[in-house]
Amino acid sequence: MSLIQSGFIYWFFVVLLMIGMYGAVGKDNLVKKLIGLSIFQTAIILFYVSIGFKNGPATIPILQGGHGEPIKDIAAASYFNPVPHVLMLTAIVVGVATVGVALAVIQRLYAEYGTLEENEILDKIANS
Amino acid sequence: MKRLALVMSILLGLLLLKGTADFPQFGDPNSPASAGHPNSSEDSHVSVRYITEAYGETHVPNLVSAILADYRNFDTMFETTVVFTAGTAIFLILRLPLGVLARRRSKAEMPRTLPPLARDPILEMACRVLFPPIQLFGLYVLTHGHYSPGGGFQAGVILGASFILLAIGFDLRGTLSRLPESVYNPFTALGVAFYIGIGLLCLVLGGNFLDYEALRQVVPLSSQEIRSQGILLVECGVTVTVGSVIFAIYTNLVSRGLHREGL
Repeated sequence: MSLIQSGFIYWFFVVLLMIGMYGAVGKDNLVKKLIGLSIFQTAIILFYVSIGFKNGPATIPILQGGHGEPIKDIAAASYFNPVPHVLMLTAIVVGVATVGVALAVIQRLYAEYGTLEENEILDKIANS
Repeated sequence: MKRLALVMSILLGLLLLKGTADFPQFGDPNSPASAGHPNSSEDSHVSVRYITEAYGETHVPNLVSAILADYRNFDTMFETTVVFTAGTAIFLILRLPLGVLARRRSKAEMPRTLPPLARDPILEMACRVLFPPIQLFGLYVLTHGHYSPGGGFQAGVILGASFILLAIGFDLRGTLSRLPESVYNPFTALGVAFYIGIGLLCLVLGGNFLDYEALRQVVPLSSQEIRSQGILLVECGVTVTVGSVIFAIYTNLVSRGLHREGL
């Protein structure tokens, strides 16, 4: 537990980010590039959500007892930071939409050139 | 090229690993993201203020919903616009050149239709039974988003997924005859228009853009209640846009813009 608390968990996000970066830059296949970008995005989403975590008696940012009497005396230390959650909530949905657009572009490229390898597409463009 | 990418990724990773040494401890309640600068007074930080004041100002226990659709509703409006733009972009990239225009150009060059899939009664019955509860759950997630995890984006994805289930379990054409393109495409824009319309209504009634308290002139509710209802209104707009865009992305991607055969 002390290893996790000391910042070890951030290494995990960095490694994920490296994998995504290598996939997006190093691979030739466009779908593999897109998978790399998605892994990159996942690393950043995990990082943001982890920022919102608080040790101690904190819980998710939904106030307890919200159905009954009016809630009084809300302590900031007893709920996770809601701001990263809000930012990542929209980022996930927008991520799905942008992956959809990227797949549409990839389909058009395949219909046009008959291949998804980046170097082969560049060769066909240069020869045409 | 691949080796260069590998070296570059590892160098970036090492740089970031070095940077993590300066990060606050994981889960520290007094980290700068959660409590602001240690020298400033704690109440000044936006996160602390949201947690302690949001319920008193909006009567929404789910702080994520309160921040998403009230304090940061401008941000959410443009996020919804991004989703709408993605749906429109896919229509322009796939559907228009490969589907609509190509069909007009040459009817003879249409790709031959695949042989019809074998119908599976168990699968179809399962989809038939699952479809209404999924849609009901989507509406529950939308309307109960003030009190439990949920809200417009999640509800939209669930509603879109219910139609995708129909398209997978039965076939794409049958689903499109129930929810045709001429219905769901306008809905992608209608959700955004509804959201912006709420903002303009607040503006017309004398408040700021998306300041729900201006709506009190029409609906006599307390300041907190009207903000709670305003959150529900804009979340409805978000749901309509996200749900129809998710379905539009699926139908166009899976049929390569032709809308003839699905998966």
